[in-house]
Amino acid sequence: MKHFFQALSLPVKSRAYPFNAPDGKVANLFRPDRKFHRDEEESELVVRDLNVYIKEQHILKEINLAIPDKKITCIVGPSGCGKSTLLKTFNRLIDSVEGARVSGKVLLNGTDIVSSSGPEIIHLRREMGLISQKPCPLPMSIFDNIAYGCRIHGIRNRKKLRLVVRHYLEAAGLWEEVQDRLNTPAIRLSIGQQQRLCLARSLAVEPRFILADEATSALDPISSKTIEELFVKLKQNYSIVMVTHTLRQALRIADNVIFMYLGEVIESGPAERVFNRPEHKLTRKYLSGVFS
Amino acid sequence: MMTIRVLKDKTAGGIMFFLTLSSMLLVVIMGIGLFLKSAPVFEEHSLGELLFSSSWKPMRGEFGFLPFIMGTIWVTVIAVVMAVPVSLLTAIYLTEYARPVVRKYVFPALDILAGLPSVIYGVWGTLLIVPFISGWLAPRFVDFSTGYTMLAGGIVLGVMILPLLVSLFIELITSVPEELREASISLGATRWQTTKAVVVRAVLPGLVAAVVLAVSRALGETIAVLMVCGNLPEIPGSLFDACYPIPALIANNYGEMLSLPLYEAALMFAALILFIVVLLFNLVSRVVLYRIEKTFS
Repeated sequence: MKHFFQALSLPVKSRAYPFNAPDGKVANLFRPDRKFHRDEEESELVVRDLNVYIKEQHILKEINLAIPDKKITCIVGPSGCGKSTLLKTFNRLIDSVEGARVSGKVLLNGTDIVSSSGPEIIHLRREMGLISQKPCPLPMSIFDNIAYGCRIHGIRNRKKLRLVVRHYLEAAGLWEEVQDRLNTPAIRLSIGQQQRLCLARSLAVEPRFILADEATSALDPISSKTIEELFVKLKQNYSIVMVTHTLRQALRIADNVIFMYLGEVIESGPAERVFNRPEHKLTRKYLSGVFS
Repeated sequence: MMTIRVLKDKTAGGIMFFLTLSSMLLVVIMGIGLFLKSAPVFEEHSLGELLFSSSWKPMRGEFGFLPFIMGTIWVTVIAVVMAVPVSLLTAIYLTEYARPVVRKYVFPALDILAGLPSVIYGVWGTLLIVPFISGWLAPRFVDFSTGYTMLAGGIVLGVMILPLLVSLFIELITSVPEELREASISLGATRWQTTKAVVVRAVLPGLVAAVVLAVSRALGETIAVLMVCGNLPEIPGSLFDACYPIPALIANNYGEMLSLPLYEAALMFAALILFIVVLLFNLVSRVVLYRIEKTFS
């Protein structure tokens, strides 16, 4: 019930954050990164006995996982093993998949994502920033792309929006490149810039998690390196869950690795251990490149 | 080396080019033909008189087309103003909100509506809309109305272009990539916010093109409108007055035109006006479309 009211009332009002001004007084300054109310700083995502069926096909089988806070968790595994479906259950995009049935629990700080409904879902989705494989800027200007998330949650003050846009474009390392053309359509950016724009757009609604579904696979090597570096930087403040096809990428940046095969989690744990001393035969085979 | 298949390729290309060219030429030929046929009426009357005079007395050789032009414009405007919001919302409902089973039954129904001969719409208008207007709606606003009014014409025409618009809109909206919706929804947007700010915005140029297509169809629609709009050659003063759109004028009088001097030329001129209006309309909308596309991509 608490979350219900939160989702109903809080995101639609901008909050001035009490901020200690240099002269010691508490000033009511707007913080672009503290627009929305947040109960606890720590966040945890726990998956319990998750099963997903799509049209009688058993896509995810008995998934049990814990995604650690403020770490990069890479989900690896061959194509069609359910990695993307797992991400989709995290932010309930699975709802728009035709014929999908979900059972089990996905707990975000104790709230079950699977069984939540109505305004709760909207609140949940804000907590889960999604970066898709192909960058897809919304059909509007660069400025509006970033401001969109704030606008739909009720922040319309132009001055505040400008602060937000600048703050998150800087966070995504894009400000320098686009500050002179904030009003041009976002689609005119290069594909690497578009992906960073999408990242900034997701960050602007202050998610706890960043769900990246092969976020670098459509990019050139330099752009994907930029994104990787950004992720490493961002994990101070966000928990990042990344689906990836490239083992090298997982090796480079993962703190935690989940290996999935045919809808099951075969092995999960700290990256260093999974990569160096895999316990399961299938993991060893996958890592050595027997199948991919 | 010139092999058979290269030769075939070249011939096919040539034939298709010729066919395309001839259908393009057809437009030009039609325009010229109409112009030549209507030339006699120019010799007697000035263009300004023909277009802006409202006195239509073929017996006395007075041909003022203003009532017909106004009638055409008004009926079309009423139809489009009523049909566009309804069809846009219908299309949005069917693509974004409705469950697949609803779509399964509604799509064929729309196709049937789109395929009905226009005379059936005319009959429907005469039996339903006309009495509704004369008996219920008009008495609330004016003293007397036969029901055969501009409003009836607009309503019937609006209903006629509705299925066309809905299916065009559906086509457009389904062409929006799913990722765009997901991007918006994953930021916490509701479906309505997503539709409004992302989906509709993404297809805006297409929407304009669809409306243009529908307007072009509405401008030329004859039978159904002719049956319900009263056909009086006067400039309509209100929604409850009769009007007389150009296609109805041509269709109604074509049989008897030979008996009067200049009558044929005058009717040809009416056809020419319609031809030019549709042509201009298409051109202008091209420009609008180009502008919109430029601002969005």
